[in-house]
Amino acid sequence: MKSDKMRKLSSYPVEGKFGKYGGRFVPEILMSAIKELEEAYVEAREDPSFKKQLKYYLSEYAGRPTPLYYAENFTRKLGGAKIYLKREDLAHGGAHKINNTLGQALLAKRMGKTRVIAETGAGQHGVATAMACAALGLKAEVYMGAEDMKRQRLNVFRMRLLNAEVHPVESGSKTLKDSINEAMRDWVTNLKSTYYLIGSVVGPHPYPMMVRDFQSVIGCELREQFLQKEQRLPDALVACVGGGSNAIGTFYPFEDCPEVQLYGVEAAGQGIESGKHSASLGAGAEGVFHGMLTYVLQDNEGQILNTHSVSAGLDYPGVGPEHSFLKTLQRAEYATATDEEAVNAFCTLSREEGIVPALESAHALAFAMKLAPKMRRDQAIVVTLSGRGDKDVEVVADFLGVKI
Amino acid sequence: MSRISKVFQSLKAQGEGALVGYVTAGDPEPKLTPIIAEALVKGGVDILELGIPFSDPIADGPTIQAASVRALQAGTTPKMVLEMVGEIKNQRDVPVAILTYYNPVFRMGLDKFFGLAKSSGVDGVIVADLPVEEAADYKEAAETCGVDTIFLAAPSTSAARLQRIVESTSGFLYLVSHFGVTGEQAAMEHSTIQLIQRVLPVTRGRVPLAVGFGISKPEHVKAVIGAGADGAIVGSAFVNIVSRCRSNVHQMLNEIEKTACKLKESAKQHNA
Ligand SMILES: Cc1ncc(COP(=O)(O)O)c(C=O)c1O
Repeated sequence: MKSDKMRKLSSYPVEGKFGKYGGRFVPEILMSAIKELEEAYVEAREDPSFKKQLKYYLSEYAGRPTPLYYAENFTRKLGGAKIYLKREDLAHGGAHKINNTLGQALLAKRMGKTRVIAETGAGQHGVATAMACAALGLKAEVYMGAEDMKRQRLNVFRMRLLNAEVHPVESGSKTLKDSINEAMRDWVTNLKSTYYLIGSVVGPHPYPMMVRDFQSVIGCELREQFLQKEQRLPDALVACVGGGSNAIGTFYPFEDCPEVQLYGVEAAGQGIESGKHSASLGAGAEGVFHGMLTYVLQDNEGQILNTHSVSAGLDYPGVGPEHSFLKTLQRAEYATATDEEAVNAFCTLSREEGIVPALESAHALAFAMKLAPKMRRDQAIVVTLSGRGDKDVEVVADFLGVKI
Repeated sequence: MSRISKVFQSLKAQGEGALVGYVTAGDPEPKLTPIIAEALVKGGVDILELGIPFSDPIADGPTIQAASVRALQAGTTPKMVLEMVGEIKNQRDVPVAILTYYNPVFRMGLDKFFGLAKSSGVDGVIVADLPVEEAADYKEAAETCGVDTIFLAAPSTSAARLQRIVESTSGFLYLVSHFGVTGEQAAMEHSTIQLIQRVLPVTRGRVPLAVGFGISKPEHVKAVIGAGADGAIVGSAFVNIVSRCRSNVHQMLNEIEKTACKLKESAKQHNA
């Protein structure tokens, strides 16, 4: 088991590097904190009592395992490969985010930290952080771009109901990347008391590895569930990529199975040519941002660009370094879906299956809708439905020009 | 010995501490930077530190964040800043260090960046988000071009790391005074003095020590030089003048010069 693990492509990235990607490009003042975090995490992940605790909260609190649902109507409509949905929308909070926040909040507690800070874009990670902290008796403070707070008022109130403090971020573009900047500034100021609970597989080592490990519960469960249903492995896995945590959580347990195709789907927004998108892997270049070497949307001078997507959760100019690595190795393929394609998939799944997907997840569905008809009926695709779409109903109505 | 180290050494011989003055290049517009630099030097700044603005300055507080926004809006690019150094050097024989984040350097390419730095007369480079662990290629490119690589140490830096950083740094060691980001402080934290005393035995006889982040008043300068540091780095105090007086350049230059003069006086008086 252990040696099997060691053979993995990226199980433990040496010096935090996946190939050349990742690393620890942070101000010196943070180096001690991220090394302390790495040591604490490595110790925790080998500790049976930590594993037991996490397992307890994942099942009793978050409702895991989530089902692997055969979407029969959707499959019939597309007329190709069978489509299964990994139902992260049914996890507590309505998204995969809770897998990570429970893991990190438990770690924060173990490290004796009393104060947890987090960034949030749409508010999903902020809500999941607030939930985990409330459950574990930690104080949560969430940084959120002032622009995002306007767009996602409901989640702001939700976080406050959950006893989290929400700090508006007025710097830069006042969106997700700026709330990460602000959280890092808070962290360097309050290093000793504070745990920074990052929301995706981004940031300096050990975050990309650690968040991946916590999200791998998605892929581990679906592997077993699929084996039980079909007595084999799926032919393809499809997941949306913002920072990339639900995708890497889906892919990771299959990285060593070349017969399983891996597809990550980024947001093409209004189209790559329009410049209004957030396809870091598809249209970005290598850069150093938020502590990592990875694909980044940037201009010729190395300034980070503002991004666009109809789904706030994909609206990020960087991407987890392990995805940059999988892209370079050609182990995973990265595609894009536009706002329009995502909204269409959102409506299609709602109508066909009675499941309203998150707009983020709808990007994965949009790609699956193109892929399935090209595959045989005896083949199967698993799409990770990273979240539920209740939060997006207003945005979709607006996009379709419907008054509600 | 590099230009920067020489300045520290000769000031030390006169019993003076060095005043290192920072402004964000291109703020409020690129054509003013050489004039602002001139005012800083006239006032008594011994070493100039010019910031290449970056869109996401995570180590900076509101003052330098706002300066970066203004500079970027005015169209400032890394190449322009490096070329400005050439212009400043034509007027004044003052050592210049560039301060930035890693992505603009990485994007241009290390060889091109240091090639341009060298031809413009840049003496040293400081990268706020590049710890020694990630700096091997960077250091090699800088050394090839004879440019100092100035690394940072912080209150959280362990004794073992401090050794490694002191071995890697050239020109001087940039000591971050407290837990936090850049920005003016009303009072200096007492822990800064203890920090200087912890670091001095490691740097003494090897590399000059300069202290920055929150150093903004003459009494701060006096305190850090008095504690044995070789230099004090003042940034946000100057950037705030630039911001406040950006519609009146004459007043801006006047105030910068006067402030630099007062700060320099305190850097001289520590032995008194
Ligand atoms: C439902 C949902 N899916 C996906 C994402 C994108 O994040 P990641 O790429 O890390 O899974 C988000 C982020 O907010 C989300 O809320």
